[in-house]
Amino acid sequence: MPAVRTVEPMMLGKLDWSAIPFDQPIPLIAGAVVLVGILGVLAWVVLRGHLPYLWDEWITSVDHKRIGVMYILLASVMLLRGGSDAIMMRIQQAVAYQSQGYLPPEHYNQIFSAHGTIMIFFVAMPFVIGLMNLVVPLQLGVRDVAFPTLNSVGFWLTATGALLVNISLVVGEFARTGWLAFPPLSELSYSPGVGVDYYAWSLQISGVGTLVAGINLVTTVLKLRTRGMNYLRMPMFCWTTLASNLLIVAAFPILTATLAMLLLDRYLGFHFFTNEAGGNVMMFMNLIWAWGHPEVYILVLPAFGIFSEVVSTFSGKALFGYRSMVLATMAICIISFMVWLHHFFTMGAGPDVNAIFGIASMIIAVPTGVKIYNWLFTMYGGRIRFATPMLWAVGFMVTFIIGGLTGVLVAVPPADFMLHNSMFLVAHFHNVIIGGVLFGAFAGFEYWFPKAFGFRLDERWGKMAFWFTFLGFYVTFLPLYVAGMLGMTRRLQHYDVAAWRPWMLVAAVGMAVLTIGVICQITQLVVSIRNREALRDRTGDPWDGRSLEWATSSPPPVFNFAFSPDVRGEDAYWDMKALARKQSLEHEGPEYHDIEMPRNSPTGFVCAFFASIMGFALIWHIWWMVILGGIGAFATFVVFAWRDHDEYVIPAAEVARIDGINLEERRSLVSMAGGV
Amino acid sequence: MNLLDPQGPVAVANSTILVDSVFIMLAIVVPTIVAILAFAFWFRASNSKARFQPGFVYSGRVEMVVWAIPALTVILLGGVAWIGSHQLDPAAPVPGTGSPVRIQAVSLDWKWLFIYPDQRIATVNALTVPAGAELNFQLTSSSVMNTFFIPQLGSMIYTMNGMVTKLNLRADNEGKLQGLSAHFSGDGFPDMMFDVNVISPLAFPDWVTETAKSGAVLNEDSYRKLMQQGVEKGRPAWRLEDPRLFDLIATQHIPPGPGPELLSDAGRPHSGAHDAR
Repeated sequence: MPAVRTVEPMMLGKLDWSAIPFDQPIPLIAGAVVLVGILGVLAWVVLRGHLPYLWDEWITSVDHKRIGVMYILLASVMLLRGGSDAIMMRIQQAVAYQSQGYLPPEHYNQIFSAHGTIMIFFVAMPFVIGLMNLVVPLQLGVRDVAFPTLNSVGFWLTATGALLVNISLVVGEFARTGWLAFPPLSELSYSPGVGVDYYAWSLQISGVGTLVAGINLVTTVLKLRTRGMNYLRMPMFCWTTLASNLLIVAAFPILTATLAMLLLDRYLGFHFFTNEAGGNVMMFMNLIWAWGHPEVYILVLPAFGIFSEVVSTFSGKALFGYRSMVLATMAICIISFMVWLHHFFTMGAGPDVNAIFGIASMIIAVPTGVKIYNWLFTMYGGRIRFATPMLWAVGFMVTFIIGGLTGVLVAVPPADFMLHNSMFLVAHFHNVIIGGVLFGAFAGFEYWFPKAFGFRLDERWGKMAFWFTFLGFYVTFLPLYVAGMLGMTRRLQHYDVAAWRPWMLVAAVGMAVLTIGVICQITQLVVSIRNREALRDRTGDPWDGRSLEWATSSPPPVFNFAFSPDVRGEDAYWDMKALARKQSLEHEGPEYHDIEMPRNSPTGFVCAFFASIMGFALIWHIWWMVILGGIGAFATFVVFAWRDHDEYVIPAAEVARIDGINLEERRSLVSMAGGV
Repeated sequence: MNLLDPQGPVAVANSTILVDSVFIMLAIVVPTIVAILAFAFWFRASNSKARFQPGFVYSGRVEMVVWAIPALTVILLGGVAWIGSHQLDPAAPVPGTGSPVRIQAVSLDWKWLFIYPDQRIATVNALTVPAGAELNFQLTSSSVMNTFFIPQLGSMIYTMNGMVTKLNLRADNEGKLQGLSAHFSGDGFPDMMFDVNVISPLAFPDWVTETAKSGAVLNEDSYRKLMQQGVEKGRPAWRLEDPRLFDLIATQHIPPGPGPELLSDAGRPHSGAHDAR
């Protein structure tokens, strides 16, 4: 048998026909459907002649708004993939009582590993990074991010990671180790297949993308604010972006180094984390969580920022206790780096260590609690409009408090000794990640969609999506809390304990409700696109907003602002609006200037193309292809570095024309508001 | 396996802390949730009775209260955590009646081996202990990480190859409990459930004598066979040949378990494994 399979070992490394799961219908059919879908879209694009548009306006675009939209699109597509995994897991645990269910262990184990990996790295991360990309330069009143081409590289490398994860569905396998691939299970001796390699290389490549996105956004916030936008006038979302990206810059190198060590073990026989020769699995645990815990805050801090914007806008008030919020944000940023050990209290570190890390973890609840109260008092005395984003915000506040409660609970070491790795824990982190990050992402999506595309989303379907998701969340995850209290641990492919069964059935029902929520969300998008003329946002300020992104048109022109706004206080646009209402914006036609903008560049796309080849080749040990991909990616970088022209000029007349249209709309808004 | 139905002092203490912590937090969480819903409802735009106060954006008093409430709660809970961590350290003694029973647990792929070095017996997937006695566990793993957990007896702990962790428990009531592995360890992971038979201290010596009559002998050879990957549906028992077997495993004199047999079948999971390295 081995002789047959080692035909042409030099050409394609470990890759041969046995990598395709001909005997497993589920991944094969799923893969075929996805492939047909992709080919269909590609054929449509090419046949309808959309390719040049796609290439010029999107793929090679270095416009932060376009890149932000592409990040969110990637996240949405991967949300469907990760959601399908979730549905399959919930069904498996509902049926696998005293039976094997319908998923054999080697398949089920891939699904929960892929679910976690995808949801964190390819849904939550690109969603929040996309929103930050889209909004932060607008809120800061600037024309682009600090490094526009690097921004594009970051996005496309993230997409490469997502691509590799999806290829593993049909070519080979994905990791069967859980989403953090703990050694020694993830070492070559216990996971000899390519699954862990798919996992590690996709995260290495997308991790580079995330790191450059982080560097880019930190630099943007620190260096590119408009006139008068000093730190304590920045909108809250900019602050949380700064905190979150500082964490990215500090934490992602740890992930890269940790995975690099695991890969050295697997590829070159090193012994960082093996059982033998002095390897130490506890080191991996520490390192991966030294990245992993800050990661949680990387995700949730931007969500806090979104809710700050949403609650303040829809309450018609400035954010309550702004400086206190800034302090709380930065406190979370720093403390979140000092609590990683609470992920393994049960490793036997000793009482002092456990207690110190337990208390440090609880301390994070203080600034987080402060944030909740400040949102509460922002609503107090407000005039609250319950548009869809505000529903998500209130739903978040209620849900997140419950997640916070259970979080502080598992930070108490003796309680964690019973709840660690249980379904209770699963319920807890879904409670904070769905209730915090995902609700935040949806709120931001609904809130800034009109800014990105120039029309609002349908409110009726949006509200239905909220209610189904909100209820579905509780019906799915409250039973998991109960199952955890009944001693059920996570990642069970089957079980024989009768007491767990009913709760798994209820959770499956909840999953169905959640699915309806997702369908409503998709319907909302379709309905809104169809009715886009009726939903058109002509003023650029559909929500009566308070920050600078609402001061330009929807969608904003490529240069964002014809004039760099001059900021004189917090809630910059609100003050400007108040001022404008007085002066009714009737000053003489302003003098426009030429604007220089960065040129489009295929660097990101081409770089990611070669990175994909290199990643795939590394996974399958196809060394010639690794070298090819490496040289290609490096050559792309060299070509970019030696470029002659990196900017183009938008003439003043064109700026005047574009701005004139927007100004006209705004004047009519102001005169209308003034008349009321 | 209900955590709120503890059967030993460690579990009683754990679950008491668990429940108390929840109530301490509920004391502020419930009013906060009520306030959120109430404010959101009362200050709705359509309520003309609500007073619009757009200028209410800072209040030193409110700030002090909102920092103080979570801070005070955390100070209280931090005290609980500090004391609890020390009193309930897995390695802390749990005095019981009679002489303590030493048990050496080894997580294998995918079953639990329980060695009673003093009684010179060993069992798989069935742990039999006398009620009321202190149980001194030493734990290690033959290959990958696992977590030893008997929900109704309390505190879980990791097992790791080449390392020994310690855990002390006590079971107060006779009866049948269940234990499991709480750390994913591969394909056979769900089958790592084990029985915990808590019997009367008087019956325990009889059980030991009965088990020691077993014809099967556990020594290095039979252990190496046992540590091959696979699940164990039965409840086999052995006479222990060498009471130092656990030390040989923990010190890696017996090398770690081999992992999957390469090329054991033509299935996808092993594809490409043959020319790894």
